[in-house]
Amino acid sequence: MQEIIITELTQALQELARGFAHYLPRAVVMLIIAFAGWALAYVLKVLVRSVLRLTKFSKFSESAGATQLLNQAALPSSTELLSRFVFWVAWVGFILLGVSVLGIVGLQEYTSRFFLFLPRLFVALVILFLGSLAASFFSRAALLAAVNANFKSSRLLSVSIRIIISIFALSMMFEVLGVAEQTMLMAFGTVFGAVMLGLAIAFGIGGKDLAREFLEKRLATGKKEEKEDELSPL
Amino acid sequence: MAEETLLTDDFLRQLINVGEVDILVGLPTHNNAKTIEPVLRAVQAGILKCFPRERVVIINADGGSKDGTPELVTGTSIDDVWRASKVYALRTLHAITTQYALGPEPGTALRMILAAADLLRARACVVLSPDSTAMEPDWLQRLVGPVYSDKFDMVSPIYSRQKFEGVLMRNLLYPMTRAIYGYRIREPYASEFAISGRLATDFVTSEVWNDEWGRSGAEICLTVTAITGKYRVSQSFLGTKTQADRSASDLVAAMRRTVGALFSSLDSNFPLWSTITDSQSVPTLGTQSELAPEPVRVDCERLREMFATGVAQLEPVFRSILSAATLCELQRIANLEISEFNYPADVWAKTVFEFAASYHKSIISRDHIVQALVPLYRGRTLSFLLENSDDHGDDIERSVESLCGEFERLKPYLLEVWADRK
Repeated sequence: MQEIIITELTQALQELARGFAHYLPRAVVMLIIAFAGWALAYVLKVLVRSVLRLTKFSKFSESAGATQLLNQAALPSSTELLSRFVFWVAWVGFILLGVSVLGIVGLQEYTSRFFLFLPRLFVALVILFLGSLAASFFSRAALLAAVNANFKSSRLLSVSIRIIISIFALSMMFEVLGVAEQTMLMAFGTVFGAVMLGLAIAFGIGGKDLAREFLEKRLATGKKEEKEDELSPL
Repeated sequence: MAEETLLTDDFLRQLINVGEVDILVGLPTHNNAKTIEPVLRAVQAGILKCFPRERVVIINADGGSKDGTPELVTGTSIDDVWRASKVYALRTLHAITTQYALGPEPGTALRMILAAADLLRARACVVLSPDSTAMEPDWLQRLVGPVYSDKFDMVSPIYSRQKFEGVLMRNLLYPMTRAIYGYRIREPYASEFAISGRLATDFVTSEVWNDEWGRSGAEICLTVTAITGKYRVSQSFLGTKTQADRSASDLVAAMRRTVGALFSSLDSNFPLWSTITDSQSVPTLGTQSELAPEPVRVDCERLREMFATGVAQLEPVFRSILSAATLCELQRIANLEISEFNYPADVWAKTVFEFAASYHKSIISRDHIVQALVPLYRGRTLSFLLENSDDHGDDIERSVESLCGEFERLKPYLLEVWADRK
């Protein structure tokens, strides 16, 4: 009995040692790949950061309103954010490559799926970023134009534009990711329609005086001249 | 050369037919048929009276007029002026017209006129506004004379103005240009001025035209170029400035052309203006004429309301442009009634400087920064009108002088926010 136990234990230990000996070189290779990947990803990050600084990407980002958006979200600068994104994508890619070397059944499939998903993830993130930029830029442009034209509901107009663009960008992003495409499409259509209908009703009922004033200003040019101030800036 | 792409073949042909000239008179126009004739008569009379021996050409750069303005320019004969003045020019007076675009672009018009002056090797180039119906023949002498005879490179105008005219000039452009560049030029954005052929050539070939703000606000860039390039600058009293349309409906466009271009000029000239600590007067020719005050038709309550609404609605935008202290002060002013309304000079100067620093840092879109200044300018306009409600002439001058003093005193504050925005 004792001998059987000892034999079984010895066999188990030998199996473990064989398995360990089988996987150890692969684990070492995986670690080497992960480490080399980290080094390469770091070099890539520095390279991307330098190129972005040389091409004055931050200026472009500032003038487009991205910097302000990132500041509001307590995120680093656009240059830093992009270079970090490149670093993480590259490193995670190398780690998964290393994991595939281990030869664990099932993991390889997930690894290849991840690599296939990467371009879509990147495009979705770009859409989200550009959508946020566009929403911020156009809502501010509408707010400024409305305030300078003495339009009463400037904030409402600005917020409406921001919401519409954001919903549009989000629905595009989900479509690219392939997440609940039909649901998102329907949700977008419903929300967009509801917003438009709401605005039309609000303007028609709540703002009938405003609508009249607006039309009078546009159509009755004779009256307009009488109302204008005689102030010349230059 | 810029001229190669800017000037059409037909226009070049006409210029070649004219040959070299001594004086070039530039008239940028767009639908000015109602006012162009008295201006042309004044120009022709001025040439006959003051420059009968000089070779003169009138260049009309038209932005696609539909009312026959270019035909009026080329069709107005000098014969009537000869008969009236009994003085004959010793040279042929040429008048050329060219269409540079389908819509008005003041910067392009000026560039075309200066390119023509460069090609024709004009010794002096004078640009006149087509809606200055009160123009006198002497204006030509007062503008061109110092360039042609006294070797000045730029002559800027000084007008007699009503207190509700040139409000942006008095409250922002003049004080800020003076504090920044150290020259007391009353009209840094002039619609009438004269420059030497040397300055015309240098300016038309400068980098200014590569910048969007430079193109749209070429007039103010020309003044800045003359100051920073150490050209000889002077001013001339011209008399009353009349404007066909006094309405402030195009205020945003005016702010873009002037304030935007002025803010933009600060970027490239920082090493120069950051070392200037005071301002110097500019040689000024002629004497100021008295002006009978006219009643002002301004809805003060509407101005106050637009200012208060702007401060409230644009708060998120202002939070990224202004310091907390300035924004807090603006919110306090926005709550004041008309009877106690006051936008003090020091707060206004700080506001403008913080806007300039934010513009430099492109904290948001530069165009949005300029647009965001419009409601605040309305508040300052109201304060200026209320402060000077019973004042005329010298009293208003003292008020402007005091504002300029505040801008100069607070220049270190601009340097501070320039380096670190808040």
